[in-house]
Amino acid sequence: MGEFKVHRVRFFDYMPTAIRAMAFNAHTERLALARMDGSVEIFNFTDHYFQEKVIPGKDSRSIESLCWVGGRLFSAGLNGEIAEYDLENLRPKYSLEAYGGPIWTIISNTQGTQLAIGCEDGTVKLFEVLEEHIQFERNLDRQKGRIISLSWHPSGTHIAAGMMDMIRVFDVPTGHAVQRLLVDRGFGGSKSRETVVWSVAFLSDHTVVSGDSAGKVQVWDGHTGTLVKTHLVTKWDVLALSVSKDESSVVAGTSEGTVIQFQFIAPTLHQQQDKEWVRTRTFKNHTHDVRALAEIETAIVSGGMDTHLVVRPLLEKFDENIEMAGFDPVLLLFFPQRNLVSCAKKAGLLLFQFPGQLELWRLGDSDEHGKPGDRLPLKRKPEKLLLLKRKGEDHICCSALSSCGGWLAYSTVSSVLYTLHTSSASPRTPPRCLLPPANHQSSLLLLPSLSASMCTPSSPSQVSGSSNMSPQLGCSSLENHRFLLQPIHLMTTSGDGKWLAAANSDCEIHVYNLQKLKLHCIVPVYGSCPSAMGIHPTTNNMTVVHADQQLFEYSIVEKQYTDWSRKLQKQGLHNVWLDRDTPVTHVTFNSKNPNQVVLHDMHMFCIIDQSLPLPDQKTQFYNQMTLRSLSEQERPSHLHAFKICKTFQDLLCVSLLDDQSLVVVERPLLAITSQLPAPVRQKKFAT
Amino acid sequence: MAALYEGFTLCGLVQTQNASDSPIQGIELDGDSDHAVVTDSTRSVTLYKVSDQKPLGSWTVKQGQLLTCPAVFNFQTKEYVVVSDNKVIRVWKDEDLNLDKAFKATVTADVWRVHSAPGGEPVVLFQRGAVRFLDSLLSAPQQPVEDVLSEEEVIRWSTNIVAEEQHFVLFTTEQKGECCLYVQRLNPNTLQKYRLEREDSGASPLSFSASLQDKHLNLLYLYPNGCVYQSVVAARGYVGLEGVQALPRSLRLMVPVGEGELGAASAVALDEAHVAVVGVPHPSARTGKDFLCIWNTNFQTLQAGKEMAGRIHGQVWCYLGKLFVSHGKALSVIPYECQKSSLASALGKLRHTGLAGNAALPHGTSTGRISIKCNCSQRNVKLGVNCVQPQPHQTGPVDEVQREVEALVSRGDAQDLQLSVGQLACHLVARSQAETAFYTPVALAQLVQTQFLCHSVCPGLLLLSLEHKDYFLCQLCLQLFPDIPEVVTCACLKTFISNEVLQTPYSDNFLLPHLKDLDTQQVILFLQYLQFVYLKYSQDVYTQTPGLRSPTMTQIIDWVCLLLDAHFTVLVMAPDAKGLLSNLQSFVKSQVKLFSELGKIESSLQELHKMKLSKDISQYSIEVIELF
Repeated sequence: MGEFKVHRVRFFDYMPTAIRAMAFNAHTERLALARMDGSVEIFNFTDHYFQEKVIPGKDSRSIESLCWVGGRLFSAGLNGEIAEYDLENLRPKYSLEAYGGPIWTIISNTQGTQLAIGCEDGTVKLFEVLEEHIQFERNLDRQKGRIISLSWHPSGTHIAAGMMDMIRVFDVPTGHAVQRLLVDRGFGGSKSRETVVWSVAFLSDHTVVSGDSAGKVQVWDGHTGTLVKTHLVTKWDVLALSVSKDESSVVAGTSEGTVIQFQFIAPTLHQQQDKEWVRTRTFKNHTHDVRALAEIETAIVSGGMDTHLVVRPLLEKFDENIEMAGFDPVLLLFFPQRNLVSCAKKAGLLLFQFPGQLELWRLGDSDEHGKPGDRLPLKRKPEKLLLLKRKGEDHICCSALSSCGGWLAYSTVSSVLYTLHTSSASPRTPPRCLLPPANHQSSLLLLPSLSASMCTPSSPSQVSGSSNMSPQLGCSSLENHRFLLQPIHLMTTSGDGKWLAAANSDCEIHVYNLQKLKLHCIVPVYGSCPSAMGIHPTTNNMTVVHADQQLFEYSIVEKQYTDWSRKLQKQGLHNVWLDRDTPVTHVTFNSKNPNQVVLHDMHMFCIIDQSLPLPDQKTQFYNQMTLRSLSEQERPSHLHAFKICKTFQDLLCVSLLDDQSLVVVERPLLAITSQLPAPVRQKKFAT
Repeated sequence: MAALYEGFTLCGLVQTQNASDSPIQGIELDGDSDHAVVTDSTRSVTLYKVSDQKPLGSWTVKQGQLLTCPAVFNFQTKEYVVVSDNKVIRVWKDEDLNLDKAFKATVTADVWRVHSAPGGEPVVLFQRGAVRFLDSLLSAPQQPVEDVLSEEEVIRWSTNIVAEEQHFVLFTTEQKGECCLYVQRLNPNTLQKYRLEREDSGASPLSFSASLQDKHLNLLYLYPNGCVYQSVVAARGYVGLEGVQALPRSLRLMVPVGEGELGAASAVALDEAHVAVVGVPHPSARTGKDFLCIWNTNFQTLQAGKEMAGRIHGQVWCYLGKLFVSHGKALSVIPYECQKSSLASALGKLRHTGLAGNAALPHGTSTGRISIKCNCSQRNVKLGVNCVQPQPHQTGPVDEVQREVEALVSRGDAQDLQLSVGQLACHLVARSQAETAFYTPVALAQLVQTQFLCHSVCPGLLLLSLEHKDYFLCQLCLQLFPDIPEVVTCACLKTFISNEVLQTPYSDNFLLPHLKDLDTQQVILFLQYLQFVYLKYSQDVYTQTPGLRSPTMTQIIDWVCLLLDAHFTVLVMAPDAKGLLSNLQSFVKSQVKLFSELGKIESSLQELHKMKLSKDISQYSIEVIELF
C-alpha cells in the first residue's frame, strides 16, 4: 500500500467532564447520563451501547439527578429547577422552579404518575405528571435538614428519605413521617462530622438500604425502624446505590472508585429460607468517586469523577467460555461517539470543538523524507490561527469547517453562527453572520466542500441549507414528505455538493438532491444505528458504518447497494472486526485512489482497499506485522482489503489530506487522567 | 566444575572375533528417559531400563542376517526401526515379539544409518550420501536413490540434529586422507559440503561429536595427537553457497597423550565448556590410555577422571546426564554433572579485577587458545627427547635440579615451556613424595611463577608444599592456580588463614561438604578473621591500595555465609562463639535496615524514570508509517 506521512496531533486538550447522575430506562433500554457541565447523553443498550443522543450543556444548568417517567426524561439540580427534556429536538423542553432551594434528588413512583424531589430546605415535594407538563401537588412533612436522597417504595405508599445523620420514612397519602432511622457517625476524628446519607433504596419487603459518608452500607427494617446489618465497606463515602430489578442484588459505589455488590442469599446451603444481605464482589474500574450507578439485567453500569462510563457484564449471566477465553468483558466508554474535530482536507487545517470555544489550527510542515518509523524534523510548527469563544450560556453542540478552510460554522442549541476567514493572511477576521435564532436549533452542521453552502438539520422534519455566503443570505429548507420522529445525528455531502445524506437515530438514512432541493431516495433501514458515513467524491457511493460494526456501500445514483457491498455481506465481516467495542466515528476517502476508504474508531484506523480480496474467517485479520516480515514476493498472496494500523491510540479523528498525508488526532487517556483532581486514596507502592 | 559419579554396568559385552571391532553398534534413546536401546554388532537389539540395569526386551534377526545400523526409536509413531543386511528396513513396536514377523521393506541402495530424534521425523542416510525421510521412503521403497558422494568417498560418521523447525543431517566422509563435512538441511533441502583442515600428520579424526549451540552447529573432533578442534557452521544462512567450502577450525583442547598416539579414543561435548574424552591417559597417573576424563575447555583444566577397566573401544555416548562407555567386557553407565560455569560468574569469584591484568591465566584464556594453534606433533617429539635423556631432576641433588630449572625457565620459549614445565613439576613432586629428604622449594616456586602450571597439571604440588609447611609456595599456588579443588582449599584453611584462600575460585555446592570438616575452633577463628577483614575494609573502602591483593567485600560476605551455613548448629551451641554471632547478627540487622530503606526509595526513583519517558512524547510530530 505504501508509505504515509502522518501528522500526529496531540495538542487537542479535550477534557470530558465528570459523570454526575445516571438513570436507566428498563423499558426502552436507554441509559440517560448527566455530566457536571449539564449535558445529557442517551445510550442505546440494545444497540451496542451506542451514544445516540447528546443534549449539550449550559453554564447555569446543573444536574444532580435524572429520572425517567415512561419515555420522558426529567432532571433536577442545585439551581433549584426541574427540567424535562425534548428528546426529539435535543434540548430542554421546559424547566420550572421548585421553590425549595437546591434540589438534591428526583424520583418517580413506579406507576409514573408522580414525581418527588428532595430539597435543601428539608421538604419533599410531590409533582403530578401531566401529558405535556408537571404540576406541583403538595409537600410532605417538612424536616430539619436537607433531603439528600429519596427512594419510593414499589407500592407507592411510602418514601424513604436520606438526610443528615438519619433516614426518614414517609407515608405518602398522609404526608407524615412514620419512621426515623438514626445513622451512626464515623469513628475517630470524623465523629464530630455529620453523616450524609448519600443514597437510599426502598425494597418491596420494606427493607431500606442506605449508603452514607461514613463508609457504611446499612440494611434496615422499614416496618420497625431497626438496623438489621451494617457493612463497613470503605474509609470514605458510599456515594451511590442501585438495586437490581428482582431486588436480589444491590451495588454500592464508593469514593475509592470501587463498586461493591451485595446479594440477598442464604449464607449456608442448609438454610435456604434464611436469606440475608451478604457482600459478594468488588469491582475496581474507576480511580475516582463513583457518583452514578445502575444495575441492569446483565451488567453493572458505573460512572463518576474519572469521566468514563463502565459497563461491567455480570459474567454468571453469560457463557462461561467468555471468561475462559481470557476476554476482558469490561466495556469502557471514554470519548463521545461523534466528531469534535473537523479537518479541512485541502488547506490542512483542523478545527477543535470545546464546549466553550473553537480552536482553528494549521498543521506543521516538513520538507524531509524518511523511512518508516522515522520522526521528521519540522520546518514549520503547527500554529493556532483562531480562538473563537461562544456567546451566551449554551455550550457549543456542533461545528464544521469547509474543506478549503475558508468557512467555519458552529451552533449552539439556540443559534447557528458561521464565520469566514478568507486566508491565512488575515485569519482573525471576526465572525460575520448570525442566522436568525428562531429558525435554527441545530444539533449538526456540515459545510460541503465546493459550494459555499451550509446544511443544518433543524427541527426533526427539516434539513435547512443556506448558500451564497454573501451578506445577503439565501436560505432554503428541505421539507420531508415523511415525518421523521427522531433527530438527525449524522450528515454528509458529496464532493460536488449535489448530494446530502442524513441519518437519524431511528436508523433511517435519507438522501437529498441539493440542486433540486428534493428527497432523492431512502436507504433500506438496517437494524443498527449508523455511527459514521461518507459519500465518495468521485463515484458518489455512500459508505455507512453502523454501531454493530456492519459496513455497507450504497450507490446513490443507482439507488442500490454496490456489488462490493453485496459481496461483503455475502461473505460476512471478519469476527475480529465485529468484536471491536468502539464504533467507527469517521469515514473519509482517498481522492487519488477511488478504491480506498479510511475509517477509524478509538483504537485503530483502517484503510479499506476495495481492489483487494476480502478476508475470510480463517484469514489473519491484523496482518500488518506478518506482511512486514514477509518478502516482497510472498506479500501479495497474504494481502486483504482491511489494512489496520494500531500504532496510534485514543483517536479522536483520522483523516487523509489531499496531499496524501494522514492526520491523526490523539487524546491520550493518560493526559486526561493527569488533569483530574487527586483521588481520595491512592495506594502507593511500598508505602 | 564437573564431576563423574560412581558408575554401574548396564550389560556385559560379547567379544567379537575381530578385536578391533566394537561389540556395540549404537545406543539410542527411547520415548522414556530411563530407557536405552542398545544394538550389538551382530544380530540383536536390546531395550534396557537404565536405572534398574535390567533388559526390558530383546529382538534378534535370524542366523545369517546381520544388523547393519543401530536401532532407533521413531518418536512420532512409537516404533523401533533397524536395518539389516544394508537394504532391509524393519519396523516394529514394543509389543512385537518376533522381529521376523515385523514390517519389512527392501530399498534399492545400501543404507548407512537411520537417524531419529525427538521432535523430528526419522531420516535415512544412504551409504552414497542420499537422505530420505523414513515415511516417504517406506511409502515407495523401490524409489531410485541418487549418489551424492564420489566413488571412493566413504561415510565415517553421521548424526542428525533437530531444533525448532530445523532439521539437519550431518555426516563426515573420507577420501584419500581428505575429510569432508556434509550438512544436509531438510525442508527445504539443501546440501552443503565443507572440507576439514588437514592435520599435518595426515591423520584423520578419531571421533566426531556435533551439537547445536546458539543457532550454530558445533562440530568437535579429536585427532590421534590429542588435539580437539571445534568448527562452527551457521545453522541458518549460506544456503545459496555452491561448491566446497573450507571449514575453519579452532583448537579447543590439547589432551595430553602420553607416549605414542591415541588409538581408540573418542571425545564428546557435554556443554559449552566441558568435553568428555575416553581412551586417554590421566595426566598425573601416566599408566595407560584407559581413562574417561572431563575437561573444561575454557580453562583447559581437567575436571574429573575415571579409570575404565579393560580395553577401551573408543566409544562414548552421552544422554541425559549419563555417559555410556563400552570397555573391556562391559558397557558402563557413568552419571556426571557439569556445573554451568559461565566465565563471568567464575571471574566474579575469581580475582580482583584490578589484578587480572598482571596475573595472566595459565593457557586458559581465549587468546591463549588461539595462540596454541601450532604444530603439535613437533612438540610431542621434543618432549619425547626430554624423557629419554637422563635428566638431573630424576636423580641429581637439589642444586643441580635448581640449575636445570633455571635453564629451562630462562629459555623463554613460551610455546614449548607449557608442557615441559608441567612435566618437570610432576617429576619433582613425585620425587619429593618418594624421597622425604628431597625438596626443592626455590625450583618449584620458580616453576609456579612461570604461570604455566595449574592444579590439574600437577595435583600434588600444593599438598606437598602444605606438607612441608612451605607457606610461601602455598600462597603462590593459591594466587596463581585457577582451578584448586575445594577440598584442597579447605585443607589450606585448616593450616593457615590468608587473603589468598578467600580469593581462590570455588563453587558453593562443592565447597560446602568440605567446609564441614573444619572444627569449631577453626571456624570461630576464621569467622573472627573475616569479621576483622570486613570491618577493616568497610572503614576504608576507597583507600584500598590497588597493588595489595585483598579480597572484595562480596568475597568476604560469601565466605561468612558459607561458613555459617556449614556450621550454624554447632556455633549456636558453642559458648565462645556467642559474642561473635551476636555481632554478626547486629551487623546483618543494620544491613537489612539499610536495604529496606533503599527499597523504599526505589519506587520513587522509578517514578522519576517514568516521568522522564512520558515527556518524550511531544505534542506534535510528523512521522512516517508504512502500510502493506
